[in-house]
Amino acid sequence: MLHLVLFLVFAAICVAGAINLLAQKHPISSALSLVVVMASLAVEYLLLGAEFVAAVQVIVYAGAVMVLFVFVIMLLNAGEEELTKGSHVALILGIPGVLAGGLLVAWVLVKQSGAKTVSLGALPGFPKTIGGLLFHEFLLPFEVTSILVLIAIMGAVVLASKPEAQERPPARKES
Amino acid sequence: MVPVAYYLILSGILFACGVIGFLIKRNIITIFMSIELMLNGVNLSFVAFAAQWQHLSGQVFVFFVMVVAAAEATVGLAIIIAVFRTRETLNVDQVNLLKL
Repeated sequence: MLHLVLFLVFAAICVAGAINLLAQKHPISSALSLVVVMASLAVEYLLLGAEFVAAVQVIVYAGAVMVLFVFVIMLLNAGEEELTKGSHVALILGIPGVLAGGLLVAWVLVKQSGAKTVSLGALPGFPKTIGGLLFHEFLLPFEVTSILVLIAIMGAVVLASKPEAQERPPARKES
Repeated sequence: MVPVAYYLILSGILFACGVIGFLIKRNIITIFMSIELMLNGVNLSFVAFAAQWQHLSGQVFVFFVMVVAAAEATVGLAIIIAVFRTRETLNVDQVNLLKL
C-alpha cells in the first residue's frame, strides 16, 4: 500500500515536471522542470531497490548533465523561444490520436502483465553487486564506454574551442 | 505491491512527452532536453524489467545508458555552441542549410 502511494505521488510529480517542460517558454524553466523529473525518477528507482542507479541518477543526471545544460543556457544567453505557427490539423488530429494510442498501449500492458507485481525494493542493486557485475560480466562494454567518454571529451574540446584558437601560430619559444 | 505495468506506463508517458517536446519545441536546447527525457523514460523501463525478472543486468544497462547520455550531452552542447557561433541563433527553423 505504502509502495503504491509513494509510486503514485512521485509518478504524478514526474509527469507534472515533464508536461511543465513542454509548457514553459524559457529554456531555464524547462531545465529546472527536467531536474524535477530526474529527482522524482531517482525516487522511483529507490522504490524498485535500485540504490546505485538512484544515486548515479542524482549525481550524473540531475547534477552533472543539468549543470552543463544550465551553463550552456547562460553562456548563449538563451531567451524565450519564438513559436512558429503549428498546423490546426495536427492539433485536432494529434491530441486525440496520442490519447487513443496511449490508452490502447496502457490497456494492453495492464492486461498482459497485470498479474506481475513488484514489491518494495524488489531487486536490491547495491553498489557492490553492480560493481561486481561491471568488472566481471560486463568488463568489455565497461572498457568500451571509457573509450567513448574519452572521444566525447576530445570532441567537445574540438567543437567548442574558438576557430581562431586553432589557427593561431605556435607561441615563440623563449630563448 | 505495484504492477509492473504501472512503471511501464509511466515510462511510456515520459517517452511520449520527450517525443512531443522534440517535435513542437523550436529552441535547440529544449529539443536536447526532450532527448534526455526520452532516455530517462527508457531507463525507468529497464529498471522495472530488471525488478520483474530478478536480474541485475537491467540496472547495469541503465549505467551504460547514463554514460552514453552524458557523452552525448557534452558533444551535443558543444555542437550547439558551434552552431550558435556561426548562425547567431538557437531557433532550429533558422538552421536550414540542408533544406531543399
